Amino acid sequence: MDAVLTVLISRINYWAYILLMMIGLYGVLIKKNYMKKIIGMNILQTAVILFYISIGAKKQATIPIIDHGHTLVHTTVQAARFINPLPHVLMLTAIVVAVATLGVALAIAIKIHQQYGTLEEDEILRRFDKDL
Amino acid sequence: MRGMGIIVILFLGTLLIYCSFDFPIWGDPQSPAGSHVSSYYIEHTLEDTSVPNIVTSVLADYRGYDTMFETVVIFTAGISCILLLRTFKPIEPQTKLYRHISTGITLRIERGGKVPENTKEFERIDAGWIPYDLIVKTTCRLIIPFVQIFALYVIAHGHHSPGGGFQGGVIFGASVILFAISFDLRTAIRRMGERLAGFLCALGVFIYAGTGALCMFYDANYLDYSALSHILGVDPVSARSHGILVVEIGVAIAVMAVMVVLYYNLASAGKQDEGL
Repeated sequence: MDAVLTVLISRINYWAYILLMMIGLYGVLIKKNYMKKIIGMNILQTAVILFYISIGAKKQATIPIIDHGHTLVHTTVQAARFINPLPHVLMLTAIVVAVATLGVALAIAIKIHQQYGTLEEDEILRRFDKDL
Repeated sequence: MRGMGIIVILFLGTLLIYCSFDFPIWGDPQSPAGSHVSSYYIEHTLEDTSVPNIVTSVLADYRGYDTMFETVVIFTAGISCILLLRTFKPIEPQTKLYRHISTGITLRIERGGKVPENTKEFERIDAGWIPYDLIVKTTCRLIIPFVQIFALYVIAHGHHSPGGGFQGGVIFGASVILFAISFDLRTAIRRMGERLAGFLCALGVFIYAGTGALCMFYDANYLDYSALSHILGVDPVSARSHGILVVEIGVAIAVMAVMVVLYYNLASAGKQDEGL
């Protein structure tokens, strides 16, 4: 029992991201409403961001900012004392790009709503066939 | 169809759980992600760039190309939102609603009627009923300057504390959006017009790309800020720190303007007349 618990707790970040990724995929694949699909896409992005951030963590380490006074004294910096900054950098830009793509997705949703009067996929496909 | 989707998702979930046993455990200092290039960044950032915040130095210096094209992606998103939604032919609404501020009486003026322009006694309100919200307006008027100062602090202090261009730009854009929500869209557009916002989108990307090009005039590589020491009159290591600041300001301007452009167009479906 203890061994199972240890495995569960030591990889808890992966369980969280897998759960979020499945929820996001469920939204994108199965939901018929385009707003819900967009929300699912965002949950999927959150899962990827959580995965990247969590693999940057190190035990007994602090945030990746080197402590310093007013004057920068060049001392030797041990990499083990600071968490991995690289996933943070990649996800920092990814979060802002996610907001920008969300804006474009909402703009397209507004255009679809102006054209068809609905955001339900079934309804739109029916009208699309009728137009053809 | 629905059943197929659920089967695909469950299959993928099982696959991911199976794969995750090969991954390093949570907080493992010897994990592959943290053992190759990232230890170089952590150990050499002070002597290379004199920036204590490693995230900032990696973002704008070691991986400057990445961030530059991320900024271009955001710029493209703003432009495509304008192209998708903006209706350039002004559509006059059927009726306009005005409120007499001191009594709260609402006037409905049909098309062709005389509208009370240029008076302090009347204000135009949106077609959806909007109460006169003195508390919200006054609170936001007090909060917004401090939000903007905090945004500038986050941008300027991004070298030494958590922060930087992306975060500060988003906070600044949020302050403009807060203004647009608490007053109305027309007031916000009068303060920060569409042309200005579009110009700032392009200006931010231009500052970033221009700083990189400026380095090439001094026989350095594109985005190698140490060449800026000829202009700034400091040693090459400090010049890289200052170059990062210039680039972060460019990122902040672009991100702020894109957030504002996205809000203006999404809130009014491109008409930029009546919004939230």
